[in-house]
Amino acid sequence: MPRLSVIAVRLSLLHLLTGFTFGALLLAHKGVPFAPWAWRLLPGHMDVLLFGFVIQLAMGIGYWILPRYPGADAPRGRAWPVWAAVALINAGVLLALAVGWFNLTAGLLAARALEGAAAALFAAHAWGRVRPLVPGKPKSS
Amino acid sequence: MPQIVRWYLRTALIMFVLALVAGVLQALGTPGLTPVYFHLLMVGWVTQFIMGVALWMLPKYTQAQPRGSDRLSWVGYGLLNAGLLLRAAAEPANALAPGGAWGWALVLSALLQWLAGALFVFNAWRRVKEK
Repeated sequence: MPRLSVIAVRLSLLHLLTGFTFGALLLAHKGVPFAPWAWRLLPGHMDVLLFGFVIQLAMGIGYWILPRYPGADAPRGRAWPVWAAVALINAGVLLALAVGWFNLTAGLLAARALEGAAAALFAAHAWGRVRPLVPGKPKSS
Repeated sequence: MPQIVRWYLRTALIMFVLALVAGVLQALGTPGLTPVYFHLLMVGWVTQFIMGVALWMLPKYTQAQPRGSDRLSWVGYGLLNAGLLLRAAAEPANALAPGGAWGWALVLSALLQWLAGALFVFNAWRRVKEK
């Protein structure tokens, strides 16, 4: 597994644990109210799990698994857009967390913009790797 | 496909159907079902399917234990689904009569699901590595 994928997948696992922690606090508070501040975690809970876990995991695994360019110096294409996508998606999720916790409504647009930029960069990287296998060429491993 | 992976994926498919049933009931006005619908879908279906495929596809932990600890994965499977099903029962009941036993059932549900997530993260983390 390439280093970029290792970093993205490990970050996604940390997001999973964080999102589950927020969710557990919210659900427990729903059942037996003990932490009124828990509702401020709801926007972060959703962003952490949707963007931080699911989407980042897909990016990390996609970078690893998608067909590679045959005979190229960089068989997975240029890595910098995916590095940038990983950085932007994590920045967007952290900003979304702050928006929810501190009630910074103005920051929501910036958080979405960061996440959107990450999506565009990853899509641009992955587009060319979504292709049929070339007959007679070895399969990507 | 290893047996444990089949259990994860088939259960995820069942949760997918249950989620859509909850969605129909929610649309018909049953109280307290919106979060149940959403979490059966996102946790029971999407996350559990991801867990199953990750269990199958991530790099081998060791030759002897390619998927890490299968025992932890089975425990996690039980905790996740018990927690979700408990939530599905307790959330509408608690919405109708807040507090009391159904409230504590939600606390237990939260704990079970959190433990399941933590076990998955622990088991998967060790398999995420460069060659």
